[in-house]
Amino acid sequence: MFFDSDLLMSALRALTPILLAALGGALCERAGVFNIGLEGMMLMGCFTAVTTSWFTGSPWLGVLAAALAAAAYSLILAVGAVTLRGDAVVLGIAMNLLAVGLTGFLLRTIFGVQGTFDDPSLAGLPLVGGFSPLAYLAWAAVGVTALLLSRHVWGLRLRGVGEAPEAAATLGVSPTRYKYAAVLVSGVLCGLAGAQLALGNVTLFSENMTAGRGWIAVVAVMLGRALPLGVLLAALLFGLAEAAGFRLQGLGMPQQATDAAPYVVTLVALFLSTAQHRRRTARTRMTTRTTGVTP
Amino acid sequence: MTRPPSDIPAAGDGAGSPALTPAAGPTPAAEPIPAAGLPPAVELRGITKRFPGTLANDAVDLTVRRGEIHALMGENGAGKSTLMSVLYGMERPDAGSIRIDGVEVSFGSPSAAMAAGLGMVHQSFKLFDSLTVAENVVYRAEPRRFGLVDRAAARRRVRELGAEHGLVVDPDARVGDLPVGLRQRVEILKLLHRGARTLILDEPTAVLTPAEADALFVVLRSLTARGRTVILVTHKLREVLEGSDNVTVLRDGRVVARLRTADTSGAGIAAAMTGRDVELDRVHPPGTPGDVVLAVEGLRTAGVHDVGLAVRAGEIVGIAGVAGNGQSELVEALAGLRPATAGRVGLRGEDITHASATERRAKGLAYVPEDRHAVGTAPAASVADNLAMGHHRTSLSSRHGLLPPSAVRSHARELVDRFGIKASTPDVPATALSGGNLQKLLIGRELAHDAPLLLVEQPTRGVDIGAIQAIHDELIAYRDAGHAVLLVSAELSEIRGLADRILVMYEGRVTASYDRSDADEATLGLAMAGGAAAPRADTPDPDDTPDTDGD
Repeated sequence: MFFDSDLLMSALRALTPILLAALGGALCERAGVFNIGLEGMMLMGCFTAVTTSWFTGSPWLGVLAAALAAAAYSLILAVGAVTLRGDAVVLGIAMNLLAVGLTGFLLRTIFGVQGTFDDPSLAGLPLVGGFSPLAYLAWAAVGVTALLLSRHVWGLRLRGVGEAPEAAATLGVSPTRYKYAAVLVSGVLCGLAGAQLALGNVTLFSENMTAGRGWIAVVAVMLGRALPLGVLLAALLFGLAEAAGFRLQGLGMPQQATDAAPYVVTLVALFLSTAQHRRRTARTRMTTRTTGVTP
Repeated sequence: MTRPPSDIPAAGDGAGSPALTPAAGPTPAAEPIPAAGLPPAVELRGITKRFPGTLANDAVDLTVRRGEIHALMGENGAGKSTLMSVLYGMERPDAGSIRIDGVEVSFGSPSAAMAAGLGMVHQSFKLFDSLTVAENVVYRAEPRRFGLVDRAAARRRVRELGAEHGLVVDPDARVGDLPVGLRQRVEILKLLHRGARTLILDEPTAVLTPAEADALFVVLRSLTARGRTVILVTHKLREVLEGSDNVTVLRDGRVVARLRTADTSGAGIAAAMTGRDVELDRVHPPGTPGDVVLAVEGLRTAGVHDVGLAVRAGEIVGIAGVAGNGQSELVEALAGLRPATAGRVGLRGEDITHASATERRAKGLAYVPEDRHAVGTAPAASVADNLAMGHHRTSLSSRHGLLPPSAVRSHARELVDRFGIKASTPDVPATALSGGNLQKLLIGRELAHDAPLLLVEQPTRGVDIGAIQAIHDELIAYRDAGHAVLLVSAELSEIRGLADRILVMYEGRVTASYDRSDADEATLGLAMAGGAAAPRADTPDPDDTPDTDGD
């Protein structure tokens, strides 16, 4: 059997980091900040988690440090895009490139190795029922984010800020504060995603170990329309693709082909969602026309 | 983020109770009817505001009594917006004082003004399109349960306020799905929810259909009957005459007239606004029609069903109708922006049914679109570049396809002078122009093509009285020069003043056709509401008119 419970388990494991990062991305999207720096923030989380766990011996301190470090790193986006009104896309790409270089450099300086740091005494997170505790946290985060966004006062104000910052400002809500908050929370979530990647199912750090998962999270945000449940479904799709890739590899397909599975799914998904988005905007334009609203 | 919902008004002010709760007013204010002893709702004294190069407000006094609808009138640039920005805490005055209910105040932000009981409905609505009506209304003043938004209470609040003031809106509808008239209701509900006692409405009817505007005034009357005060910022005379109690007129930053509406006439206010005598609702002499320029037969496209019409040289044909009855779609199909699914369009005898917009223009068509910001002009481009657009293919281009900057500039200077466009230099971006000036730019640019056929949509929407006259004169002059003009307008008085023949569109069809002498307001109004059941033949001169019977 190709599809069995093992495949599902492995899909769920693969999904955790993507889900955490994508929830952060969804919050930013809702606040009106396009965050494509998830990849870089996640990689900073991976490195900080491994370093802290190595020096303190505690994977939990590693998780905490990863969250704080990625949040600090996310300030580049917050300051750059919100306060200085820079281009969020350029900033995000810069953050992703910087993270690869910076962690590679620190790997050499601190551990004196290139490529991968891997040591049997490096403490990883314990598994509970086959999953890292961060996996449970990620699932819980879906519910919390959904409730926050749809029902909480903070979520309502955040959605308003993302939709029409000027309108929010006239009612006395500071768009800057909400955007900063969303970006910082996304930093924390990406840090946790990185810790999961480096201390969860495997315990090591290797250069550029996020391998595009942050980008896939960006796609999951678009695909899931920045709705927590939608993001969960999109992340599940990518988790399945990744797990199926491993499985196919076991069946003798070349690794280069199977590794591409999540990215192929990404492309197809993006293509489909853009086409749908185009139809939607075309319809909106029609309604605008018939109701006579001039923007 | 977790501050207590102190700005939620007491939930008890249901129907009947006027909900007058001045924060620091010396009077108990239980009496909704304006009484002699009460201080004015708003009192501005000697407000002066200087911007680099202009004195926007020069010692302006404005007194608005409680419970009245007070119209603040003036042309664009007269200082109305600045004065309201000062009152609403968006600008600091250089001099002068503000009293609300007799208490001197100084607002540092709109939030502070809101806390003192003011509320403003901006001309471009400040709403969240993807949120529901209830969410928009309670935003930043949310009823809560356990830290969550109490959605049931929010809905109830919208229903209660709606029932009390005749502002019925479905609390669960997404604001983006609502027509403009309902969005405006949401804006007003938003202010009422925050306990606003004085509502400032900036050009509230600019985007409304006549029926929606009438409904708005019913609501405003109900608000003032319950002790609220309304300041109406507008330059539309008719609604001021019909809907207000008092009028303050600004011109060049100064108060030039304070009038009781009952004692005044439209001409009096218009004279005060413009500083000269203005003839309102002028009816221009009829044209002398010649050959058919535009002949449309059985035209169909999305929203347009089997439309036939003819426009001849030297005449203006007006299309009246409530917005959304296919006028925009018809004009877009004629301009080549929307494919015709059936029928024939002829321009000076040539079939242009399937011609592109470029080809149509080359064959002699000019077009003034309805939306001057998004379609008619490029806001970020300079005045000179905007004036060059379209002319770049003909008069302006040199041999190598290059646009000589000197030619662009002299072309711009010529049109700026000819059409009286007020721009400091032709190099300023089009966004820097006022609405009326931008419209003059657009119309001037199109008229300068000297095309045999001009399509013009809503030529004076949101434009000053002075500019309206200038634009009307230009259109008449264009007609008298022997050109054909197809005019679409939501303003009946405009159509009746300009058009030689009037067609009425209803649900995508031309349902009625009148000579201007037969078209009184009542007849047209009935036809616009669908009252002209059987389409009439559009045959003012049977010789050279194509078959234009409806379906």
